[in-house]
Amino acid sequence: MNKPRELTEFGLPPVTEDQRYIGTREPRHGARRLAQGLGTYLDDIMLPRMAHVVFWRSPVAHAKILKIHDSAARKMPGVIGVFNGHDLKKVCKPWVAVLGHLAGMKSAPQHPMALDRACWQGEPVVAVVAESRAQAEDALQVLEVEWEDLPAALNMETALDPKTPVIHPELGDNLCFTRQLDTGGVDEAFAKAHVVAEETFHFGRHTGVTLEPRCQIADYNPAEHKLTVYHAQQAPHMMQDLYSRQFDIPESSIRVICKDVGGSFGIKVHAYPDDFATVALSILLCRPVKFVADRLESFSSDIHAREHRVKGKIAVSKEGEILAFEIDDLTGIGPYSMFPRTSAIEGNQVVNITGGPYKHKQYRANLKVVFLNKTPTCQYRGVGHPIACAVTEGLVDKAARMLNMDPLEIRRRNVIPDDAYPYTAASGIKLEILSHEECIRKLEKFADYQALRAEQAALRKQGIYRGIGISTVIELTNPSAAFYGVGGARIASQDGATARLDPKGGVTVMVSVGEQGQGAEGIYAQIAADAVGVSIDQVKIFTGDTDVTPYGGGTWASRGAGIGGEAVLRAGQALRENILKLASAMLSRDIATLTVREGNVVDSQTEEVLLDFAELGRVGYFRSDTLPAGFTPELTVTRHYVQRDYPFIWTNGVQLSYVEVDPETGLVKLLKHWAVEDCGRVINPMLVDEQMRGAIVQGIGGALYEECLYDENGQLQNGSMADYLVPMAYEMPDIEVSHVETPTRTSLLGAKGAGEAGTAGAPGAIMNAINDALAPLNASVASQPFTPEKILKALGRV
Amino acid sequence: MSIKKTIEVTINNERVVREVEPRTHLVDFLREQVGLKGAHLGCEHGVCGACTVRLNGEIVRGCLTLAVQADGGSVDTIEGLSRQGVLKDLQDSFLNHNALQCGFCTPGMLMAAADLVEHNPKADRQQVREAIASNYCRCTGYHAIVDAICSVLSKRNLETVK
Repeated sequence: MNKPRELTEFGLPPVTEDQRYIGTREPRHGARRLAQGLGTYLDDIMLPRMAHVVFWRSPVAHAKILKIHDSAARKMPGVIGVFNGHDLKKVCKPWVAVLGHLAGMKSAPQHPMALDRACWQGEPVVAVVAESRAQAEDALQVLEVEWEDLPAALNMETALDPKTPVIHPELGDNLCFTRQLDTGGVDEAFAKAHVVAEETFHFGRHTGVTLEPRCQIADYNPAEHKLTVYHAQQAPHMMQDLYSRQFDIPESSIRVICKDVGGSFGIKVHAYPDDFATVALSILLCRPVKFVADRLESFSSDIHAREHRVKGKIAVSKEGEILAFEIDDLTGIGPYSMFPRTSAIEGNQVVNITGGPYKHKQYRANLKVVFLNKTPTCQYRGVGHPIACAVTEGLVDKAARMLNMDPLEIRRRNVIPDDAYPYTAASGIKLEILSHEECIRKLEKFADYQALRAEQAALRKQGIYRGIGISTVIELTNPSAAFYGVGGARIASQDGATARLDPKGGVTVMVSVGEQGQGAEGIYAQIAADAVGVSIDQVKIFTGDTDVTPYGGGTWASRGAGIGGEAVLRAGQALRENILKLASAMLSRDIATLTVREGNVVDSQTEEVLLDFAELGRVGYFRSDTLPAGFTPELTVTRHYVQRDYPFIWTNGVQLSYVEVDPETGLVKLLKHWAVEDCGRVINPMLVDEQMRGAIVQGIGGALYEECLYDENGQLQNGSMADYLVPMAYEMPDIEVSHVETPTRTSLLGAKGAGEAGTAGAPGAIMNAINDALAPLNASVASQPFTPEKILKALGRV
Repeated sequence: MSIKKTIEVTINNERVVREVEPRTHLVDFLREQVGLKGAHLGCEHGVCGACTVRLNGEIVRGCLTLAVQADGGSVDTIEGLSRQGVLKDLQDSFLNHNALQCGFCTPGMLMAAADLVEHNPKADRQQVREAIASNYCRCTGYHAIVDAICSVLSKRNLETVK
């Protein structure tokens, strides 16, 4: 006994002395309550005197609010109050969502509810509060609002035209942000290229569709001037800071609690107008107020993402060497930049990431981010990556086709070599260490690429059109303060963990990064168990309460494992040291002769058990009188971690999609999908595998099905789950995942993020697979989602 | 809206008598009046399946069924089915395959899966995919859910053979 478990699956050396859990397929013990229906999601919580708010939201894209007739609503059973934007303005300051490091970015002041003008269909205008949700909805039926339609800006292509109405006249135009990047030498590269491939790519606006809608309960206590907010949120400390600033409540008097959260994907990392409205109502009414979005509200008020038009160009030599990329990206956001992360980050990421896997030197990008009278957009899983990746990989495939070169071969020739790191890519991003070459080698075998090609060729003779699509991916993870902090947003890039030895020998760890289903608490338990040296069933992880955990950034940019996990590792190791100090004092033995094995202090040579943790807890907490004079056991320790060596730690991977296109119907059948990914040290391959698969399926959703469709008046046409299609089990393929492990050297743990690479790479792989299938028919598509109609149009059949 | 009807329902083998408004949906009745929070509201229009419960032995959408329709009948929810049997086997398998992430869809998904295991014990992988296409999961890629259900099916088939 007491030997580290053989870790046969991976080759990395252990990160802790007696590693038993890190790197294994340990189930998430905390998930059992969810499987039994005994979790606590926000809507499960009921507080005494809790009221319920529903919102009257603008039914049109742009309207002047004339008069609100609320006397009938106020008389309805159970109604506590009806409030307009001016009522809430008295307690909540407006905000302007810009970041200092996005030079020239602008946006207009925004309030919790529209004051005199609503700027998108779905903007909250009137709040009705009642004793029950049903009563509030009944009252909403008799509320009457008079409005006057205003002309709207709805098309990003014409948003900057002089005849298009300017949404916020004080801003001068509808331009939120613009950025140009030019390495120089781009025109020369294109001039000397053997082939130049060009394409205009369209990306449909879509949204996250968390199965649990956005929701919160605000509970203001006037006696203490204290605000408690139960929230389905990814960044509780960020919300604490925002509530403090917008409502002038001391930070320490605000507690944000996130219990079980039913999916997030970036949807729940933003500060929404109705978040502030709900808090304002609780302050005005001095009672708890619950808001739970219904599904229509989710579609019209959750952030949207990815409405981009990218004109792209690639220059390639005769030998297949990529010489340059050039892109022109136009993206339409909402009427306001979203608070506090802003709506310009996505486009900025497209500029940073396009061409990212490759070693070309010349690159030019032009970005325009324009305001529209549509639902605000912001960061949704992948943030710019799916766009940049599809553009890059679509152009690479097109060039390969022109050169008659195998798609895997052109990538092999152009990826940044595995021995070239650290490397600064053409866009200027700094890449610590990636493994493109190894991932491509592995994919070729893993997917049996040559056999797939042979099968494809054989079936094509029978009139069956199958396609193989590859996408090479980089993903931004483990961000430093360069993401938000330097821009003035008070969103922490550091995180912390507090580890405590409990009196009976268990270990409780409080972590500032929370859980929304990714398995953060599961991997923290694995890391803590190994770092301290206890069985995992002795570890309790606690997250999601600003009154309890250390201060930190929370869940975003795939940082939970790499940043939060490192904090847990360091806290666990520090606690282990303190446990050994106490044991040394109790045993009067040199600490160097002691070590920890599975909840016991043992002789480091013989591994003879000397003390168990329960005995250490008993003496440490209850019999300190028996310890040497001047010695105080420190059985609770806190450690923090922030990644400071690079702006971001990038990961990489490669995906392959195998599809069959029916030229008669335009339907795409997904046959199988493979992913080889490198997120550094894999803490739990079972969790990473399904993270990858879930992310790939979300990417497939955007590529094939999902789009928020607006009519010419700015009316959302598909605001229900019946009309807005997301992937379901039947049409999804089996997805095989394999790993390469190249640990980051910026931490002891060596973990990078794994949450978004799947979403980043899938749309490009799907597009390339469809176009590979369509190639013999001389057709191609570049407008996502690739609906049967678009495919049939490309084939000239409709 | 003040007309109320008294209903008597056997919920997880316990007799429950409550006054409900005729418009109250079964899932709202379970969550708000009985305090059983395992069935969740994802869409409230019968698409997502997060509110799936059993009414008189058949799985139904709790958001499309009225509480009064359960009067005199029996309702089984995830909370009542977790101790043993097919559902317990599925829960163990879901945990061992990481077939749940945020867990919001999971009770409904498990109810659909249990219905499949009981009604079509020989289902193959594609039939499993078809059967659970009634339920949205936004976190997983469905692959692990399919693995977890297939694992239960094959274990039970082995036991039958024995």
